[in-house]
Amino acid sequence: MSHAVLIAAAILLPLVGGLLGRLVGFHSGLARLTAAAGGVLGGLAGLGLGGDILWNGGQAIVNWPWFATGYGLTLAVDPLSAFFLLPVSVLTALAAVYGVAYLGHSHGGSSGAGHGAIDPANVGLFAGLLQTGMVLVLLVQDALGFLFSWELMSIAAFFVIALDDGQAENRSAAWTYLVATHIGSAFLILFFLFLGHRAGGLTFTDLARVTLSGQAQALLFVAALCGFGAKAGFVPLHVWLPDAHPAAPSHISAVMSGVMIKTGIYGLLRALTFLGAPPAWWGWVLVIIGFTSGILGMVFALAQRDLKRLLAYSSVENIGIVTLGMGIGLFGVATGQTTMGVLGLAGSLLHVLNHAMFKGVLFLGAGALVQGTGTRDLDHLGGLSRRMPGAAGSFLVGAVAICGLPPLNGFVSEFLIYLAAFHGLLGGQGFALLPSFLVIAGLALIGGLAAACFTNVYGIAFLGEPRTRAAGEVGASPGLMTLGMSGLALACVLLAIALPVVLPGLAPVLAPLLPIDGPTLLLELLRAGAPLRGVLALGALLLLLVGFLAFVRGRLLAGREVGETPTWDCGYAAPTARMSYTGSSFTQPLNDLFEPVRTGTVERPALVGLFPAPGRMATHPGDSFVGHLFTPLFTGAETLFQRLRWVQSGRLQVYVLYIAVTLLVLLGWNLW
Amino acid sequence: MVTVNFAGLVPIALALVMAPLLQGVINRTKAFFAGRQGAPVWQPYFDLARLLGKGAVYSRTTTWVFVAGPVVGLASILAALTLMPLGGVGAFLAFSGDLVLMLYLLGLMRFVTVLAALDTGSSFEGMGASREVTFAALAEPPVFLTLAILAQKTGALSLSGILAGIGPTLWVTAGPMLALLTTALFLVFLAENARIPVDDPTTHLELTMIHEVMVLDHSGPDFAMILYGASLKLWLLGSLVVGLILPAGLPWFVAWPAAVGALILLAILTGVVESTMARLRMHKVPQFLIGALIMTLLALVLGAR
Amino acid sequence: MTMLLEGLLVLIVLTNLLMLGSSRLGVYIRAGALQGVGLAFLFFTGEGGWPEVSITVLALVTMVVKGGVFPMLLFRTIRQAGVRREVEPYVGFTASLLIGVAAWGFASWVGGRLPLPGVIRSDLLVPTAMFTIFTGLFLIVARRNAITQVLGYLVLENGVFTFGVALETSTSFLVEMGILLDIFVGVFVMVITLFQINREIEEIHMDSSKLSALKD
Repeated sequence: MSHAVLIAAAILLPLVGGLLGRLVGFHSGLARLTAAAGGVLGGLAGLGLGGDILWNGGQAIVNWPWFATGYGLTLAVDPLSAFFLLPVSVLTALAAVYGVAYLGHSHGGSSGAGHGAIDPANVGLFAGLLQTGMVLVLLVQDALGFLFSWELMSIAAFFVIALDDGQAENRSAAWTYLVATHIGSAFLILFFLFLGHRAGGLTFTDLARVTLSGQAQALLFVAALCGFGAKAGFVPLHVWLPDAHPAAPSHISAVMSGVMIKTGIYGLLRALTFLGAPPAWWGWVLVIIGFTSGILGMVFALAQRDLKRLLAYSSVENIGIVTLGMGIGLFGVATGQTTMGVLGLAGSLLHVLNHAMFKGVLFLGAGALVQGTGTRDLDHLGGLSRRMPGAAGSFLVGAVAICGLPPLNGFVSEFLIYLAAFHGLLGGQGFALLPSFLVIAGLALIGGLAAACFTNVYGIAFLGEPRTRAAGEVGASPGLMTLGMSGLALACVLLAIALPVVLPGLAPVLAPLLPIDGPTLLLELLRAGAPLRGVLALGALLLLLVGFLAFVRGRLLAGREVGETPTWDCGYAAPTARMSYTGSSFTQPLNDLFEPVRTGTVERPALVGLFPAPGRMATHPGDSFVGHLFTPLFTGAETLFQRLRWVQSGRLQVYVLYIAVTLLVLLGWNLW
Repeated sequence: MVTVNFAGLVPIALALVMAPLLQGVINRTKAFFAGRQGAPVWQPYFDLARLLGKGAVYSRTTTWVFVAGPVVGLASILAALTLMPLGGVGAFLAFSGDLVLMLYLLGLMRFVTVLAALDTGSSFEGMGASREVTFAALAEPPVFLTLAILAQKTGALSLSGILAGIGPTLWVTAGPMLALLTTALFLVFLAENARIPVDDPTTHLELTMIHEVMVLDHSGPDFAMILYGASLKLWLLGSLVVGLILPAGLPWFVAWPAAVGALILLAILTGVVESTMARLRMHKVPQFLIGALIMTLLALVLGAR
Repeated sequence: MTMLLEGLLVLIVLTNLLMLGSSRLGVYIRAGALQGVGLAFLFFTGEGGWPEVSITVLALVTMVVKGGVFPMLLFRTIRQAGVRREVEPYVGFTASLLIGVAAWGFASWVGGRLPLPGVIRSDLLVPTAMFTIFTGLFLIVARRNAITQVLGYLVLENGVFTFGVALETSTSFLVEMGILLDIFVGVFVMVITLFQINREIEEIHMDSSKLSALKD
């Protein structure tokens, strides 16, 4: 199939599917199927396209004339877009499959946190629009088209978040998101206008040819960092994320958290290809952003009881890891340490891909829990692995992978970033060593905290005894949902095996970001990737040992007495499930430790006398950036703007006067 | 480049055979300080043999995760052993960054142990698991930083290379730094292996335990695997501490006996620490681990001059 | 000799950190004493064998005063005045430790850039001296107990002392003796005053935040 057809299919099919689904919205099942078919076919087309470009090299370009305006929309798939196209396509397609069953089920009944009030046809429409927007962002090759697609994607996400607008928190989440994304867009418009002005053209080829002064380069970098950082969720621009992701239906949360925020990373990488050779301070800035985002993301995640909020914060953490890799890579490029640069950027890119897969599994798994039990509160779940074995198995794979533990794919990308930092230790001196140490210490702490966070999630939600009736009466998820989850879990396993082998295939993707020629880059990747063979070998050894030990255990126990009892209860005769450890108790020591940087509120009952009255304690995990940075900032801005209220008198005559005066002033200015 | 060193199979064999001995030596030392006769140093082997010969009892709450915990945990520590050199003689497998893999394999072991504990639904085990993940998260940065500083000093990126590069020359040029790092690693060694002053392996009150309480419900061969895994972990992290002190480059017939001797001395030292100190209060433990981190940071500044 | 010198300096840094991270008054006093003894040994780490007599005397006096007399005085005050054994921080211990490490990093950075006369024997000397001064200041600012104020001044002086060792000019002997005397009198006066105040006004409990109640 020709590239032009594939491009058209990847872009248009999701949108067409969504629109058709909306037209047949009177029949819920048909609407869901139509929309999902569009998403899946579009995803397949995107996968084929991206895979073909990465496998065979080269790039595909088509030009769509924009009717009667003389402006032509240039779409191209180069290796960088092709790489990002892979996770976008796979995740959107599997999420669409999942969505068919997910929306169908919740439409029937459950209330509370289940999305009962949403029309599936609307979800399908906006999910399609979101997918179209993301693919367009990746393929568009000129600034104007990019900004247009960026806006399309952002608006689609806004509608998805606002769909369940019956609840006040969802409305507020949608507005927060809209404000955040538009502040980001403002920086992007500045970025592209300024760059385009210098370059004398707006196509990406024009922009890539420009030579910039150091000052202009610095300004543009900061603009790109703010603009794309707001989408990616760099701390402190992350505040919209934990509100927005839980508000959307779970399979869309998966898409938003898994790939939509990655378009921010894509944009930043694309911007780097325009800006020329990076100075060392860009590496510093990115390493510091990654360090804070990674650690704070996890610190905030640990305090959450709402499963989807927790996963959203964990996305902030993973974006932090991606940024750490990018930062150490850029630092390597800037200081002429090629191996460090190659490894850092490669690890960062692979983490984008890996995170899309395991965060997808986790959000889809969270959706299954929400749909089954009607609550997102971890402390109301428990014992679900017996009742939802499919979801539990996939979720476990996702949890191990997101902690970066071997032998799954999360380890591979984190390992490359570690390796980049270790290579930096060999080449540097004095202060140049510090980024490497920051990356190593940061990743180590993030890894430890992530293990705490996800043993908490899996252990509390899936293991032990059900803590509520709802959690005790759940049935297995519908087949299509299980298919979506296990597809992504399988992708995690396959990537763990495949990535060490196909690492050199990243050469064309990395080429525009590195100042070295193709063969050298390929050689570097081959050499740097060699330790991954050791990782792969140990992974295989680990599986063999597990098999062997399980076999030995089976043989030992065969024919012996194997009994069953209640759990050891220290002699206490009547334990109930409400006594078992909750997620809040599990993470309490770490939360206490990080209290100074997290700032939540605790309501304690006043206990007086020998026999105090029954009391109630509640903790509200806070986000210090909301409370201490954005709320004061925006209230300050509001009071400031209140003083300008008189401009808005509400009388037509006055507005006409404004227009007239503006026109006259402009006329005068022009004629000056 | 992945290097395979068949001589490295010998340390693995030594670990497999001798690891429980360290436990016995620690107990014997503690008995000596308490003025008791004490169990023979071979007692851990007898315990393992007895447990392996038993049947098992499972809680009705548990699922396959509970069974998988000991199996995967022991498998991870065994896999990690292939990367650990002993006495400056290279490990069986060595490649750039293998130290990351080794520490993450220990992380995997912890992950499955914690999940198995939570699988029982018991508050005690939840409590132990919670403490375990908290202290482990704080223990990660000092270990990684220590190895990173050593990598920078020795110019090697694999565990075998790093430990082979630490010798008398480095002790003379950067003695204080190495002493700090060794102390920090020893503190983490105590914490990770559930020893006093972080955790008391002999306590009989569930509320005060960390590691022991997580494995309350395991029995028979499963429990044997857990005990054996724990003694292998003691050996593994002990080898790391010992590796910093022993000079590299000795011929194998000196290096291995010296390393085993040093490990036994380390076990005696652990026993002395356990006999002369009390367990810290739980909320003091983070300070203990941050103390280890502070030492590595101090060493970092010393080393980066 | 460098090895011994650097070992001693690391010991001094560690005692500083110990004081920052500990909550017990006893640990403070012992760490301070250890630091004093360590300082005295600094004199014996110079190149060219045994130092001259005046320096030896200075070292011995330092050792006796800082390692023996001061701790004894302080412990006696604690015992007789019934001071609480906890140091009552304004800044938490973990935070203090992290601030301490940051200060150490800063001191190392500044230490390399400070233009100083003469040859410095180890590039660790100046950072250690500065860090000790920072620690002394921090203890005075961030701890509430009046005994820790005295200890803070002592640590501060230890830092100045280390600077003196680092510069090693010929006049240092007189200057050092003078400072030592000053501090000695200072500690003596403070200890006696605190003791007296405490005897007069029971409820003050050696809380420096309440010492301000004694003004005018």
